[in-house]
Amino acid sequence: MHGEPRDGRIVIVGASLAGLRAAETLREEGFAGTLTLIGEEPHTPYDRPPLSKQVLLGTVSADKTGLPQRREVDAEWKLGVRATGLDPVGKQVLLADGEKVPFDRLLIATGTRARPWPNPAEAALDGVFTLRTIEDAGRLAERLDAGPRRVLVVGAGFTGSEIASACRERGLEVTVAERGPAPLVGALGGTLGALAAKLQRAHGVDLRCGVTVTALEGNGRLTGARFSDGTGIDADVAVVALGAVRNTEWLAESGIAAGPRGVTCDAGCRAFDMYGIVTDDVFAAGDVARFPHPLFEYQLLSLEHWGNAVAQAEVAAHNMIHAGPRRRPHLTVPAFWSSQFGLNIKSVGVPTFSDQVVIAQGSLKDARLVAVYGYRGRVTAAVSVNQAKSLEYYQRLIETAAPFPPAPGAADRIESPEPVPSDVPDPKVLSHGPTVALTGHLPDRRLTLVQPAR
Amino acid sequence: MNIVVDLNRCQGYAQCAFVAPRVFTMHGEEALLYTPAVPDDQQGRVLRAEAACPVQAILVGEEAGAGAR
Amino acid sequence: MAADTLFHRITDYANRADPYPLYAELREAGVARQEDGSYLVGTYHAIEALLHDPRISSDRRKRTVPDETAEEGLPPAFIGLDDPEHHRLRALAMRSFGPPHTPDRIDGMHDEITRIVKDLIGSFRGEERIDVVDDFAYPLPVTVICRLLGVPIEDEPRFREWSDAIVAGIDPTPGEDPTERPRAAAEARKAMGLYLGELAEKRRTHPSDDMLSAFVGGDSSEGQLTPLEIMTTSVLLLIAGHETTVNLISNGILTLLRHPDELARLRAEPALMPHAVEELLRYEPPVQMLPQRTPLADIEVAGVTIPQGAPLILLLASGNRDPLRFPDPDRFDPTRDDHQHLGFGSGIHSCFGAPLARLEAQIALNELIQYLDHPRLVEDPPPYRRSPVLRGPRHLLVESG
Repeated sequence: MHGEPRDGRIVIVGASLAGLRAAETLREEGFAGTLTLIGEEPHTPYDRPPLSKQVLLGTVSADKTGLPQRREVDAEWKLGVRATGLDPVGKQVLLADGEKVPFDRLLIATGTRARPWPNPAEAALDGVFTLRTIEDAGRLAERLDAGPRRVLVVGAGFTGSEIASACRERGLEVTVAERGPAPLVGALGGTLGALAAKLQRAHGVDLRCGVTVTALEGNGRLTGARFSDGTGIDADVAVVALGAVRNTEWLAESGIAAGPRGVTCDAGCRAFDMYGIVTDDVFAAGDVARFPHPLFEYQLLSLEHWGNAVAQAEVAAHNMIHAGPRRRPHLTVPAFWSSQFGLNIKSVGVPTFSDQVVIAQGSLKDARLVAVYGYRGRVTAAVSVNQAKSLEYYQRLIETAAPFPPAPGAADRIESPEPVPSDVPDPKVLSHGPTVALTGHLPDRRLTLVQPAR
Repeated sequence: MNIVVDLNRCQGYAQCAFVAPRVFTMHGEEALLYTPAVPDDQQGRVLRAEAACPVQAILVGEEAGAGAR
Repeated sequence: MAADTLFHRITDYANRADPYPLYAELREAGVARQEDGSYLVGTYHAIEALLHDPRISSDRRKRTVPDETAEEGLPPAFIGLDDPEHHRLRALAMRSFGPPHTPDRIDGMHDEITRIVKDLIGSFRGEERIDVVDDFAYPLPVTVICRLLGVPIEDEPRFREWSDAIVAGIDPTPGEDPTERPRAAAEARKAMGLYLGELAEKRRTHPSDDMLSAFVGGDSSEGQLTPLEIMTTSVLLLIAGHETTVNLISNGILTLLRHPDELARLRAEPALMPHAVEELLRYEPPVQMLPQRTPLADIEVAGVTIPQGAPLILLLASGNRDPLRFPDPDRFDPTRDDHQHLGFGSGIHSCFGAPLARLEAQIALNELIQYLDHPRLVEDPPPYRRSPVLRGPRHLLVESG
């Protein structure tokens, strides 16, 4: 083992939130070598959460969402060029323009992209959108400005629900189609899913659950959609919000354990190779990473969370320039937020890692509450609706594996003192992908299945 | 000057929305929306908002990657 | 030896000028049970956790030995209630004070506050000696809160008397006549409530751009304050609106006069003042403790079980000087950028008027230090107000020129 590796060449593939925060941390902690950031998008790092909120509401322009930097990063930026391959032996990243970028240590932070509408011809209709990038948001906002007669949102996960909320706030007619039994049910389970359904309808959303969209119709331009229950609607805009696809295809022949569920890494953000052997020069962070978490039985978590991108990037960067004993584990309690229909929804822990849920404070009726989730008798998650100031109390319960249901005594515990099943559906029955995935090892496999790139 | 708010830290105290209501707005009682690119005439207010945030959730800085092009 | 308990010493007027060594003793003790069955907590992380713990009530009526005077007079204002009632009342009061309904109210008072500050400075311009409290730190917030609520400033002598009695009533100093002060405070709250309720009633027919008018008028689709709630809420806002900010400003000047290098720096860099005010809220918080919390279940804090219904007193000022949270905590450093102090409390009861207090203090301190020329403290320490809760100088004589 050599000393603190503060020199040499570090390459970060992915120039969004995780890549930026990793670059800052590397410099903050004394990395003095050369730093290269490679980004497929032509933009400097920008913040995505506003794209489905402020930008769609029309209060912020899509190209004005740049992230502030914490400090100078003194890096070479290669933007607008896609990484197409990784040569782990020659230690270089291959780019779409033919360039080969050598590295001593590599951080994979390529994140995700929007899952496209499966029928390419229908996806190409004018009026069909996805929402992931500045361009997506800018085009969609422009179309909403033009005042469409009806917007169809396909998929009622967080993104789909936020889009529907923005449309209603603009006074636009909205239909939401969700294959699962309720909006947000994939992330929050049955109790809050039912609340979300009630809220959407109260805000005038034409919410249709238990249906799939069988066809987007039109001739050049979108004119409507057909549903699996035989009904149909006229719509001139459709937003496909079917979740995300992890950007791992470029790693297909790299020998790194990378697949549709992400790049597998250890608690120190070091990537595994396909044999399950940990590498020491390839790291992963952000939406593309899947990592073991002790609070959730060391199952591998894939999180599409803003806060995870920041925290994991900081740990990965630290570990890239520190020798073994000084490395840190990524143990942050998962957390995310959403704002929709005038409500602030915040989560700590993993609500899908649960068998029961209880309304520990507040009430569903007032849409101001804390729901606490338990798994086999311990607290594993909590979700607040317009009651964020209480959430850190439950975070401590999660961190200390406190018994579920939580101890009584909350001053505003006013309804449903008995836990009920959390009713987290199998992600397969949802339109949108889960934003948190628990992805355990398959017992019949002794290596990661490698799918050669086409 | 650009900002980003760590909305995991934010607990909805709304102090920023009092100090710089052109940049930070409360959407309902608790959800915060903000303008990431700060207009020049709001920079002083944004710095005061940053100082007033009781959970230190507001990050103020130059736009990232200014040297990228 | 009752007089020797830690809480006796903390509340003893003789220690008002410097309670901080006692707070250090408290932090050393962890959770300190007093012989009357109350519990003191003085470490940052424990206080912070308790302020976010839903099992901690702010309602004194939940105590095992309830306040005898609690049933007399007006019901509690939202500061003394728990959710969901607390939230309903606080949100209704917020409608005419801040976001989301009135986001520009406080920001819009900037120029008016500056004018009031300049007028006050003008009134003592040229005088060699001023009393920062009587001439400046007290009249400013009183004038501001009166304008905001819609209370005639001419009535100040009237409500000052009530206000003094109410502040004395929240003084938790043990011993010495435990019922008289609360009883007088309840009387004063009732009198002040009737006075403010009457003012509000007049606004029904003659509305103006103030909060009392908003309380009686406006949109009722999201609920409205009842006449009784208008009384309790406006008493709370009037008292809290000036009894605390006066201390923030006078503690601020006192601290700056004790730190001449920092004073000189702030004179040269007024943009640093927002940071300096946050540091003042940490270093010399105007509200030293929250004396009226009560656990609704047995709660373990630092290995000690605080029983359900016991009086629980959170020493915010002690938490602010906790070396496990703030490096070099006894140093006043206006450039400190860690602002997660407990000066305004935290959690659902965090100070309603914080944005106004900040704005007033930032403007007042900046203007006054620009005005003062080579200022000297006449007396250090200055004489203090009686209250160990709302702690600050009673007078602060400063000579200048």
